[in-house]
Amino acid sequence: MALATSEAHAGGTLRIAITAADVPTTTGMPNNGFEGFRFLGFPAFESLVHWDLSRSDRASDIIPGLAESWSQDPADLTKWTFKLRQGVKFHDGTDFNADAVVWNLARFYDPDSPQFDAQGSAATRARNPNVKSWRKVDDHTVEIVTDTPLSYFPYLIAYALMVSPAQFQKVGGTWEEFAKAPAGTGPFRIVEFKPRISATMERFDDYWNKASIAKLDRIVIYPMPEETTRLAALRSGQVDWIEMPPTDAIPSLKEAGFEIVTHSYPHVWPWEFNIKKPDSPFRDKRVRVAANYCIDRDSIVTFLNGTVEPAVGFFNRSHPLFGNPTERYTYDPDKARRLLTSAGYGPDKRVKAKVLISTAGSGQRTPLPMNELLQQTLSGCGFDLEFEVVDFGSLLVALRSDPTGPQAMGSDAMNMSLVTSDISMVARWFWSANFAPNGSNWGNWKNDEFDRVLEQIQRSTDQELIREKSARLHEILVDDAPWLWVVHDLAPRAMSKKVKGFVPVQAWFQDFTKITIDE
Amino acid sequence: MLQFVLRRIAYAVPVLLGVSVVVFALVQLSPGDVVDIMVPPEASKEVAAALRKRYGLDEPIHVQYLLWLWHLLQGDLGTSIFTGQPVASELRGALLNTLKLAIPATLLGITLGIVLGTLAAHFNGTWLDKLFSATSIAGVSLPHYWVGIVLVAIFAVVLNVLPGQGMGPDGFPTSWEHIRHLILPVITMSLIPMGVVSRLVRASVLEVIGRDFVLTLHAKGLRGRRVLLHICKNAAPPVLAIIGLQFGYLLGGSALVETVFNWPGSGNLMMLAVFRRDAPVLSATIVVLAAIFVVINIVVDVLQALIDPRIRR
Repeated sequence: MALATSEAHAGGTLRIAITAADVPTTTGMPNNGFEGFRFLGFPAFESLVHWDLSRSDRASDIIPGLAESWSQDPADLTKWTFKLRQGVKFHDGTDFNADAVVWNLARFYDPDSPQFDAQGSAATRARNPNVKSWRKVDDHTVEIVTDTPLSYFPYLIAYALMVSPAQFQKVGGTWEEFAKAPAGTGPFRIVEFKPRISATMERFDDYWNKASIAKLDRIVIYPMPEETTRLAALRSGQVDWIEMPPTDAIPSLKEAGFEIVTHSYPHVWPWEFNIKKPDSPFRDKRVRVAANYCIDRDSIVTFLNGTVEPAVGFFNRSHPLFGNPTERYTYDPDKARRLLTSAGYGPDKRVKAKVLISTAGSGQRTPLPMNELLQQTLSGCGFDLEFEVVDFGSLLVALRSDPTGPQAMGSDAMNMSLVTSDISMVARWFWSANFAPNGSNWGNWKNDEFDRVLEQIQRSTDQELIREKSARLHEILVDDAPWLWVVHDLAPRAMSKKVKGFVPVQAWFQDFTKITIDE
Repeated sequence: MLQFVLRRIAYAVPVLLGVSVVVFALVQLSPGDVVDIMVPPEASKEVAAALRKRYGLDEPIHVQYLLWLWHLLQGDLGTSIFTGQPVASELRGALLNTLKLAIPATLLGITLGIVLGTLAAHFNGTWLDKLFSATSIAGVSLPHYWVGIVLVAIFAVVLNVLPGQGMGPDGFPTSWEHIRHLILPVITMSLIPMGVVSRLVRASVLEVIGRDFVLTLHAKGLRGRRVLLHICKNAAPPVLAIIGLQFGYLLGGSALVETVFNWPGSGNLMMLAVFRRDAPVLSATIVVLAAIFVVINIVVDVLQALIDPRIRR
């Protein structure tokens, strides 16, 4: 018994420097994208559906979370029933049940509810716009209705995090106050929030999943946007773990005895081609495919010290939904030049295009030199490219605007890095119903077969058919090349040797419960 | 004298109003707004529009400005759209953090600047003068964020004797743990005032030394220290002006140093507000910093007038 107790408390404090410029919001709906979700989302808050963070050998998929199971009504495919897990407690000691789920859904989807959270709602509805209504069936059962049949709805509900309604009342019924003393159901509870400085989480001993009670006593998250500052903080022992070390510093970090961890995860760094702009050369599929054959992905991998892998599609090559596309992109300038010739280009008529790129930004790595490298290799095949360089905020604005509007600044493509976790993301970026400015298909790319297959997937309940059709979708994406597939990020992080037991999984999120630290 | 002070204060009103208009307009000129940055890239137009309506961003810009000004006049700095926290408390915290750096950095910079400048003037033309002048030119011309990175590389990474980032424990700096965190950023920030002040002190002292009244003082039989006192009093007004300005700059203009040292001060807050297009935070921060700048200038003007009666006219 004594041994068990001392083992359970062998954890220590893990200090992590993240790339965000501020502490992600602690209200149970973190901002700062999926980095926010990684550190101040899933460790402290949970959803009905979880990402499986237990296996590193394959792409992460969803598993039951606060719901033990779910089912789709065969007679009405928009109706989903979630059976809730029993015996789950919030950090404030109150019970998680159907009332809590209903309350939390109103927080995100009912602007008239007293607990409506404008910011949290915007972020949740951005990722999951399809919730139409919800009701409590009994204390442990909830029904959610979507506006359209969506077989991949469970992937979307994974981002609606549950917090304690009682705690919200207790702090006075505002999200500003809740941020200072939040309560979720996760393996860690947030105990201190200092804006722009840090957030501290402690192990939650009453966590429902006894197999995943955290070993660490504490995690402290420090926002540190400047990469040299993160590097110095790690090397001087102020933190134990940094996200995104500067790639140039990787060899010297290794030499100094730090661990560099990299692993595949669902991220892609592409150019999105503008198909709507009337004079965009990328309206011609041959030009898009030619560009994909004319970039030297390996040189970018070398340039970034091995912290990315070549991308030849939306998913990486080992993904179960990669499929068997016709185009197998390699660096083949001759093939690219032949394709351009067939499209009417040649030495006297080079392809002229403008690309909108950012100076920096979340997930963008080092966009300036990476894009210059692309510009250089593409030039060899007959592309004359110029860049329109903007700050990341302006790039986000352009992404949401008409690709022929002033925000796009006349560009024929834009460089934005994105999440590729599942088929809902494929729908988001490529479905013709999602044309910008009303959706996220910025380039207004449309392929009839793609739309048809996607709609079949959305309306199907046959998991085998969904899997097979999803792979077909991906084959179309590779062969029709709506984007220039460049690289997938490998999520480099550097940590001191004191950090033990971290196994990176192929997801945007990570499990912190198995980690210990030698103090 | 009172009239002089009142007149100075009256001048400040249009200045601040002008600043508020320019700031508000500049925030609006940048593409997009806080909502574009706040919601994830996959958000639809409709989600963004709902949020915009909620925060009054769908109103015409002049209405937004007047509303903002109206609240500002009542002492309400508004709420950060991005974080949902009151701007006043965010800004107060940030300014206090910056003061922890700016006060010691100004004191250090000015002291070094006056000593180096006076010595350089005293040893005018000798190798000592050249050495001190070179030091002050280096202080002004080296990018101070670069100096900060170099200091971190030496003292935090290689020697590992001082922390390279962060503020350490909360509260008023009293313990060694606090002071350790202050050393590198304070040295970095003091370089510019040191350089500027020492250049000016040197020029000012040299100019005064050459004036007729100094010769007269010598002729009357005054010596060393007494003459120096007269020289200093005459050389002080321009130096005082520049000291006030430098302190003002450090309060708002040290964003780069704060970034390198991950120091959650006002420069850092302002940079964040720019990148997030968080208009309430940005506008309030700039207006408050401008007001502080104006106050510092008034204080300096009054001090100058006290020292030199000619200025009062």
